[in-house]
Amino acid sequence: MKLKINGKSVDVQSGPDTPLLWVIRDELGMTGTKFGCGIAQCGACSVLLDGTVQRSCVLPVSAVGDSEVTTIEEIENDPVGKRVVEAWVDKEVPQCGYCQSGQVMAATSLLKSNDKPTEDDITAAMTNLCRCGTYNAINDTIASIAGTDAAKAGDAQ
Amino acid sequence: MNDHDPKISDPGYPTGAPENVSRRRFLLASAGITAGSLVLGFGLSVAPNKAAAAAQKMPPGANVPAFLELRKDGKVRLLSPFNEGGQGVFTAMAQIVGEEMDVAPDSFIVENAPAGSDYLVVYGKMRITGGSMSVRTSYDTMRKLGAAARQMMLEAAAKKLDAPVSDLSTEPGKVVHKASGKSLGYGELAGDALDQEVPSPDSVTLKDPKDFKWIGEPVKRVDVYEKSTGKAIYAMDAKVDGMLHAAVQHAPRLGLKPGDISNLDEVKGMAGVMSVHKLDGAVAVVAERFWDAKTAVEAAKVDWQEPSEDEKSKIRYMPADFSTEEFAKQLANTKGDGTEAESEGDIASGFDGAAKTVDATYQSQYLHHAQIEPASTLARFNEDGSLDIWLPNQAPEQFQAQIADAAGIKPEQVKVNSPMLGGFFGRHFLYPAANPFPQAVQLAKEVGKPIKVIWTREQEFLRDPLRPMAAVRFRGALDDQGMPVALEAISACEGPTEALNGHNPDKVDAMAVEGLTGKSYAIPNRRIAQNYVENPTSLAYWRSVGHSMNDFFYEAFLDEMADAGGQDPYELRMKLLEGNERLTNLLKAVGDLSGGWKRGPFDAEDGTRRARGVAMASPFGSEAAAIAEVSIQDGQIVVHDIWDVLDPGSIVNPAIIKAQIMGAATLGTSEALIEEVAYKNGEPTARNFDYYPILGGARAPRIHAKVIESGAKMGGVGEPPLPAVPPAIANAVSVLTGQRVRSMPMDKLDLKKG
Repeated sequence: MKLKINGKSVDVQSGPDTPLLWVIRDELGMTGTKFGCGIAQCGACSVLLDGTVQRSCVLPVSAVGDSEVTTIEEIENDPVGKRVVEAWVDKEVPQCGYCQSGQVMAATSLLKSNDKPTEDDITAAMTNLCRCGTYNAINDTIASIAGTDAAKAGDAQ
Repeated sequence: MNDHDPKISDPGYPTGAPENVSRRRFLLASAGITAGSLVLGFGLSVAPNKAAAAAQKMPPGANVPAFLELRKDGKVRLLSPFNEGGQGVFTAMAQIVGEEMDVAPDSFIVENAPAGSDYLVVYGKMRITGGSMSVRTSYDTMRKLGAAARQMMLEAAAKKLDAPVSDLSTEPGKVVHKASGKSLGYGELAGDALDQEVPSPDSVTLKDPKDFKWIGEPVKRVDVYEKSTGKAIYAMDAKVDGMLHAAVQHAPRLGLKPGDISNLDEVKGMAGVMSVHKLDGAVAVVAERFWDAKTAVEAAKVDWQEPSEDEKSKIRYMPADFSTEEFAKQLANTKGDGTEAESEGDIASGFDGAAKTVDATYQSQYLHHAQIEPASTLARFNEDGSLDIWLPNQAPEQFQAQIADAAGIKPEQVKVNSPMLGGFFGRHFLYPAANPFPQAVQLAKEVGKPIKVIWTREQEFLRDPLRPMAAVRFRGALDDQGMPVALEAISACEGPTEALNGHNPDKVDAMAVEGLTGKSYAIPNRRIAQNYVENPTSLAYWRSVGHSMNDFFYEAFLDEMADAGGQDPYELRMKLLEGNERLTNLLKAVGDLSGGWKRGPFDAEDGTRRARGVAMASPFGSEAAAIAEVSIQDGQIVVHDIWDVLDPGSIVNPAIIKAQIMGAATLGTSEALIEEVAYKNGEPTARNFDYYPILGGARAPRIHAKVIESGAKMGGVGEPPLPAVPPAIANAVSVLTGQRVRSMPMDKLDLKKG
């Protein structure tokens, strides 16, 4: 089976039912995409499929078809992804960091489809779980990238 | 009253001091861990030298070469005694050591240290990453380490420049000889510094804090880029050549043993399956790829067998009829005065003269740690019989000893690798049956290849030890002015420490009652006690431990007393803290941060009816206060804002502390509103985030964090901002509904009428 991933076309041997997550991690050896729940609840496994966020832990590799997969390893080569990463670093969003690959992918997907998301847009799009409680930082950072954060400045002092 | 640091003698945090760790073994271990990197400077991969020889007599935290490696490009590799799991301790260590060594924190590469006696820097005697103890218990030690390293740089430079040390000074990353205008970068001195004597920690001079460049500043975290790009390596990501994967199916109840697998041939024939194994309380499938192993092991039909009575007595056996609903009733109905934990004045006389009394019983629920990274372990036996192991852990030396036992080898043959933790919150201590390493060790032996065991979320939740349940009976007495004159709290609970180490009938588990004890309110007659009630579940430390429930109980009951006495709860707290400058300042600060205390109910701009609650806590040597603003919409509590102020006395990194406050307040909200581990028929009703939801972004409150430096003795940071949050929410909800909130999670309350 052929898989288009991170700008390359690769042959994969995993069974067709194998979730994309495990193809990425085990067969292709890229560990930036994380396993958290296996049932599309937490979003740690988020990748982009043709630029739109998908939870790879429940997506059989056979269902990917011709779609272009982008993982966190490639995200800085995407202009929007690069801005997201730079802002994530600048605002120091991550704590333990385990969910943050997925958060960066979800934020990139949001900003690719909507470069001026409202607070409600952000809340609706950012459904990945974070046990460290970085939700405020995530939302504020996305708003800062979009330039919509002026009204919400200055809570942590 | 606020200084109840866990002491060395606390049974809850075993010292983990390795009994037989020889210096030689340590040197080898240290050499091993540096072998993969370019060792250019310090480091111990060369023949024994003066530094190592001198280190023989050194106390933990003093042997500079065990902690630092200087690289030619001026980067400094620091082996941290504490594991990084989001709390920012790698950055704090770089700030503290860098401050005295005169190296900018961003020049450090920080990794977790291997097991070894040099790293027992918690009070100079033990090593755990927990109890919010890292910085406050090692601060002086790590400063002296940095100062000793700087001294070694000066000595090395003095020889190279042929100048007396007294003529030399340092600037960030270099030694400067002012008279000649010459300077030497630390990278250029690396090789020579190896030959310097390691100064005794008592001989070094520490900086005057007014000269600090980095301590006290919001220095950037050293790990955010790696964590924003998927480059940070967690145990889940560890890999070695020839590694196979294993997935397990745990017994549905702890204590059950695997009998026959009725469809064994079918399982063995499934795609990718290499072998099927019976383990202690589990079956496992090994495959090249994890997904194949997982699919096969989940298909296995296992005849789970009851243990013998003798076996049951040796473990925490989960009976088939256990339910949390019944257990909650049992706790609430537990009678007796209990074993006394704290007493002041005379409780009986306090009630004798009372104008009014209040009674209430409060309850807490079991909780999962629910760190997003499930447990995993990679084990590799080497040809010489030694074992390399990668696993999430908060106490490398303790794990090393038990891993050695499991492997049947000596501790010095076990090299513990402690990668970044994908969240921990108390999850990764040495709890029985809660860690995959015995499985990984057994499978690696049986298969003869390196094995990585990954627990799926379902298997993780089946073996995650839980935050205890408790029921606390309160009674309070008020005088005719409405002031509290007596308070008694008797908790029916098993603390996590006695659950791990055994219950002593003459003693209270301090961590079962902390948060009921240690309060600073001037209530003249007080009595806090514990009735021990054994749990069939495994119990654990969970972020802020006993405080995570006990401050909820106490602070909510205090509001009940305020209401009974006709007093505003904020004003009552202020009165009860009169003369306590630190806590009245703190309470005033949280009031000011929220724009001035107002309880409500009031109408917000968006038309919702809202109220606020206030609460305080004195956890882990720090002081905290929180105010929450809530409304009720469609029968569900909405927490709009939390103002959370922490006074840890003195600090290292205000930005990281604010992040910890935001995280702790969010977790406290999740606990208060949503979370509960329920058991029916001896099994948990939820095994994943679908039926054990945790707070997501949509319900996350806006957190307003503030740090106060009162100058008091340095306290903890990671846990202390949590405990005041659940009671602040409960107290606000009570204002709106007119009904007291006496249990968590609050989503279970019927609020439709509110």
